[in-house]
Amino acid sequence: MTQGTAEALRLSNITKRFGDLTANDAVSFSVDEGEVVALLGENGAGKTTLMNILFGQYTPDSGTVEVFGETLPAGNSRAALDAGVGMVHQHFTLADNMTVQENITLGVRPLLSLGLERAAARKRIVELSERFHLAVSPDARVGSLSVGERQRVEILKALYRDVRILILDEPTAVLTPQEADDLFSTLKQAIANGLSVIFISHKLHEVMAIADRVVVLRHGKVVGGVRTADTDTHALAAMMMGSQAEPPEIAPGKAGEALVELRGVSTPDIGNAPGLKAIDLTLYAGQICGLAGVSGNGQAALADLVGGMQSAARGEMILYGNVLHGWSARQAVHNGIARIPEDRHKTGTIADFDLTENAILERYNGAPFSRRGWLDWGRARRFAEEIIEKFDVRCPGPETRIRLLSGGNMQKLILGRVLEAQPRIILANQPVRGLDIGAVNYVHRQLLDARDRGAAVLLISEDLDEIMALADVIHVIADGRLSPAFGRGEMTPAELGIWMSGQGFGAGSYHAA
Amino acid sequence: MRLEPIRNPSVARRVVPIGLALGATIAIASLLASVAGANPFSVLGLILKGAFGSKFAIVETFNRATPLIFTGLAAAVAFRAKFWNIGAEAQLYAGALTTVVLGTGLLAWPSFALLPLLAFVAILAGALLLLVPAVLKTRFGVDEVVTTLLFNFIFLLFISMLLEGPLKDPMGMGWPKSARVVAEARLPRIFEGLRVHWGFALALISAFVVWIIQTRSTLGFEMRAVGLNKDAAAFAGIPVNRVLVKTALLSGGLAALGGFSEVAGLKGSLTLDLSPGYGYTGIIVAMLALLNPIGVIVAALFVAGIFVGADSMSRAADVPTYLADIMLATALLLVVLAIMLTRFRVVRD
Repeated sequence: MTQGTAEALRLSNITKRFGDLTANDAVSFSVDEGEVVALLGENGAGKTTLMNILFGQYTPDSGTVEVFGETLPAGNSRAALDAGVGMVHQHFTLADNMTVQENITLGVRPLLSLGLERAAARKRIVELSERFHLAVSPDARVGSLSVGERQRVEILKALYRDVRILILDEPTAVLTPQEADDLFSTLKQAIANGLSVIFISHKLHEVMAIADRVVVLRHGKVVGGVRTADTDTHALAAMMMGSQAEPPEIAPGKAGEALVELRGVSTPDIGNAPGLKAIDLTLYAGQICGLAGVSGNGQAALADLVGGMQSAARGEMILYGNVLHGWSARQAVHNGIARIPEDRHKTGTIADFDLTENAILERYNGAPFSRRGWLDWGRARRFAEEIIEKFDVRCPGPETRIRLLSGGNMQKLILGRVLEAQPRIILANQPVRGLDIGAVNYVHRQLLDARDRGAAVLLISEDLDEIMALADVIHVIADGRLSPAFGRGEMTPAELGIWMSGQGFGAGSYHAA
Repeated sequence: MRLEPIRNPSVARRVVPIGLALGATIAIASLLASVAGANPFSVLGLILKGAFGSKFAIVETFNRATPLIFTGLAAAVAFRAKFWNIGAEAQLYAGALTTVVLGTGLLAWPSFALLPLLAFVAILAGALLLLVPAVLKTRFGVDEVVTTLLFNFIFLLFISMLLEGPLKDPMGMGWPKSARVVAEARLPRIFEGLRVHWGFALALISAFVVWIIQTRSTLGFEMRAVGLNKDAAAFAGIPVNRVLVKTALLSGGLAALGGFSEVAGLKGSLTLDLSPGYGYTGIIVAMLALLNPIGVIVAALFVAGIFVGADSMSRAADVPTYLADIMLATALLLVVLAIMLTRFRVVRD
């Protein structure tokens, strides 16, 4: 960026406290017109609070927000929007049953607009999508769009409202590498048109690729502001994490006996996501098996099968050498399968249950937590206290409702719940999604320890780096089909990428489904 | 304006809105009474006097509260698991029906054997009646609100048919009314000389049993889990559909026990006006009690007190008895609003 361009946004000395916690501590930074600034920080570093202050959801204890030189009134949620600041959230805010155009014009146009107005709106949307390379049909129903396309709709929605500062919260978390590349080219186009962008992310290489400047937050404070040209990913990581948290050192696992074997297993499709198509998979004791793939390619079906939520429609599943007949979640638990679900809020825990109740959720039914249908709350509470102690769950106590815990602490409770049962098989579905680096390393350490104790681990992840670092063998899943097993270090990321895109599977295996 | 959740509401935050709601209810009732020509400042006193002012009044309130505790428990149990049983009215009549069928001379058993049998069969009848909507819901996804609600009309017409036909009392001088149950099938009074019968005690015991089930048993744990998050419950291995069916059986049984108690304890026979909508009022009771079984006792006494008290007040002050219905509806709406305000604060943008 050339010097002397106008300042688009300035946050000065923003401080926000919640009780004893200082979420933002005298945070200051600015964004120039046409500049991309990355806001980098772990979960809990204060990024979300800062954005909530910018959008008037919170009133700061001190400090001011200026947009194009004008100070915004604190705590007014329309002020930032009216001043031309738009945000694309990580979780989209689109109505699935409406078309792209309806979604974009929702809230800026009367619901019953005339045909003429609609035609004008449509023309504008088409123009914008061409100018910014956001290919999406205005008449498509949002419910039928892919995640990447939905994100384009969100960006179009912001552009349609003439935003001049666009904030993207973890925009690539849900995208394939190709979709992420498309997003970056769109952003470059937007910058060329004078738009300013704040890019919130933990992913260092993306930040390096797209941003002009990086502002690093740690524990609510700005700990660094550098131009990407003057830094590298190692320096950024060090800044973001401080001195704590080293990535785990990983020795390869020693494979033992086969604990789970799937032979020619097929399962029905789940909504838009494909089911399994005649897959063969073996999980060995003492080994981490990584399942790589773009989200929505059959991971859910495999997780449901191993976790007891679904039975094989065809083929057989063999557990500890016995062919399974009849299969349920309860049987999975009682057969020593630890299940770490993909969505810890929706399926992993019950938000309004306390820690004790969540701790016994899978095993309340029978010894040691109940006898003849009557619960032993004393025992349950001691179990919860053990987990809190052993797994370092930060909470006021076992009677805390789990809704009040952070994602990392929630995940630790789930880990404790399943690992305390000495499982022989661990199904870890996106176990570190949304966690900060400290919690990520903790979860990985636990999985590796379990592996070294002789457990078979199935690690499902959309993060290829995670899989390449942890897995002893890797399978790629694409459209419900499973690749052969690749040993540690046998494939490069690029080679796995070919399998992930669905190439590499012989035509024959497809027809086997 | 928008709502912002309050993380740890203070005691005042939890109590004051409810107090204000009750105060506002009385203010609105007083206003309406004054429109109807009564002295608005006498309304509260007259209601309290009518509900709790004399031995007779208290007995009346207890008797009115008894069926409401049963139907309130029926709703509270079902709603806790998010099974929307709107059919307590029909289930109550089912319990009353089996009581008159078996209790009017068919079985010549002594009291200590006959009463438990009648209670048991009543529970069975109510449970079976709700089993149909429960199975329709779990098997085919049929909305239980619709089925249980419509069952009320079907079942009441069925009772009407029986009372005009096979169950009609030959000595009833043509009224659609069943024969009276035999003396052995009558619930005795708790105290000599007071019209409070053992049905009231049975209601209190039922509330405690439900409370124990909900807080101590695995079934209660399952019901709460299913009600709060079906997906997580299913993932944890809780058999969601089986839990819903068990919940329905318990809920239907409780409502039917109310029917048994009304016939065996109070009325002695079955008529079409056995229940002035106890099944529906039970829903209000359960909501006011925040689905807490012990709270159901308090809420049922409160609602019964309003009914009995407003009835007596309207006679004393010469205003229409509809005032009781208005008061109850106002109390429900305002208390529900107040409960929301104990958990959320209104923020102006």
